[in-house]
Amino acid sequence: MRRFALTMVALAAVAVAGCSSSSSSSPASSATSSSAPAAASSSSSAAAQTGTITVFAASSLLGTFTELGKQFEAAHPGDTVKFSFGASSTLATQIKSGAPADVFASASTKNMDEVVTAGDASNPQNFAKNIMEIAVPPSNPAHVTSVTNLASSAVKVALCQPQVPCGVVAAKVFKNAKITVKPVTLQPDVKSVLTQVELGNVDAGVVYVTDVMAAGAKVKSVTIPASDEASTLYPIATISNSKYQSIAQAFVAYVLSSAGQQVLTAAGFEKP
Amino acid sequence: MATRAAPSRLTARERGRRAARGSASRSVPAPLLGPALIAVLFLILPLAGLLIRAPWGRLGAALSGSHATQALVLSFWTASVSTAVSVVIGVPLAWVLARTTFPGQRLLRSLVTLPLVLPPVVGGVALLLAFGRTGFVGRYLDSWFGLTIPFTALAVVMAETFVAMPFLIITVEGALRSADQGFEEAAATLGAKRMTVFRRVTVPLIAPSLGAGAVLCWARALGEFGATITFAGSFPGQTETMPIAVYYALENDPDAAIALSLVLLLVSVVVLVSLRDRWLRGGSPL
Repeated sequence: MRRFALTMVALAAVAVAGCSSSSSSSPASSATSSSAPAAASSSSSAAAQTGTITVFAASSLLGTFTELGKQFEAAHPGDTVKFSFGASSTLATQIKSGAPADVFASASTKNMDEVVTAGDASNPQNFAKNIMEIAVPPSNPAHVTSVTNLASSAVKVALCQPQVPCGVVAAKVFKNAKITVKPVTLQPDVKSVLTQVELGNVDAGVVYVTDVMAAGAKVKSVTIPASDEASTLYPIATISNSKYQSIAQAFVAYVLSSAGQQVLTAAGFEKP
Repeated sequence: MATRAAPSRLTARERGRRAARGSASRSVPAPLLGPALIAVLFLILPLAGLLIRAPWGRLGAALSGSHATQALVLSFWTASVSTAVSVVIGVPLAWVLARTTFPGQRLLRSLVTLPLVLPPVVGGVALLLAFGRTGFVGRYLDSWFGLTIPFTALAVVMAETFVAMPFLIITVEGALRSADQGFEEAAATLGAKRMTVFRRVTVPLIAPSLGAGAVLCWARALGEFGATITFAGSFPGQTETMPIAVYYALENDPDAAIALSLVLLLVSVVVLVSLRDRWLRGGSPL
């Protein structure tokens, strides 16, 4: 019986992860609509709507979006922004299965397109671009100095899962550099690749430039030459069945605004 | 009525069966019936979902595609090695816990059975911090022997053993405690050495429990996810076990995820049937 439960848990993990974030937003919706008198007048209801939105964002946006969320909350008193960070492919699967997201910020147009095709979002807008870099532990135990070093079997490399955007872009880099890399592990998202580098369990990880910057002194970086470099675009869109369309749209507008772009550029993102 | 008048002639097992039958025929109070039905539906509906949504027509293709076969092979052999290791080192520990007394024994039992209730992912983090390349044990393994454990099949076996061995230990310890020690004493009186008593008397006495504990341990090892993905990572054919393959396949090949889940479900049914005398009879779970 224990095994039945385990099998179910493994399967239901995605659904549960989504459900847990919904529980706090739905009570908020009923509270605001019944208690706020402004909601009664139809003309001002859209502007007066306050509540909590849930933003599903790619792992690589962890630092910048947390900061953007704080700034947005300061600029929009009464609104709260909650985040669920993960691999864009995982988040897209969750949204398609009905996870209660209000905004989706993907690290790849492919995963956004899946969500749009499924009818869960429309009109995505690109807000940033990111390129790859090699992260190595500060002591650089395998003496990695170039991307071609990663082809050596003596270098333990961590990559993202092949369906995760950071895995897709890393594969493009290897293709451009005409090398074959056999990683020791394929991690669920870019931050977990970085963690394995920080913990020193691998000699190198291929991550975004922005992740290396965010890690500070915990890792060292090895630049990928421009000729081998590959990039990914970050699209953002509101989710069609969001109960807080106006807040969700305001958040998307904030990310695209000059204030939002400033935060992203400071973290190492490029303009799309 | 005649049988009830002479209960002493029944074996303990028969009496248990009769008691079970008796309670089942009693009418169920209405306030219990509703919640009980909800519980039944809650536990059975998801499994029905798995069966309804299964790609029966192309089950073979779904299983042979992607990394399913590799994951299947890896899972079966790592779970088997974990179980073997658990028997070799877990049974002696169970004996120590059941048959000796020493200060701090209760604390020791709590510590070694902690993985039963510890979230497996915490076990994985703990393993990583101890046996990772910069962990307090792992760094010496690395610098002295050039041995790095994370991301290897050894890491999978370690993660599975860490999580599953306590199931074997408590099952065997329980059996040792309830076993009749008279046989062991008799053997010792007749001159058998202590190790001979253990081998020739104790082990045969607890064999059914040992078997059940091993099956339970193997099933738990086969289903291990959290500790494995944290400590061993995931690479097809190397460290990607069935549950991890199911998790990732759900993102890019749902049919393969369902097919793999069906295999795990089938294994679970086989495990349950093999333990039927212990579990399906009701009463004590272990």
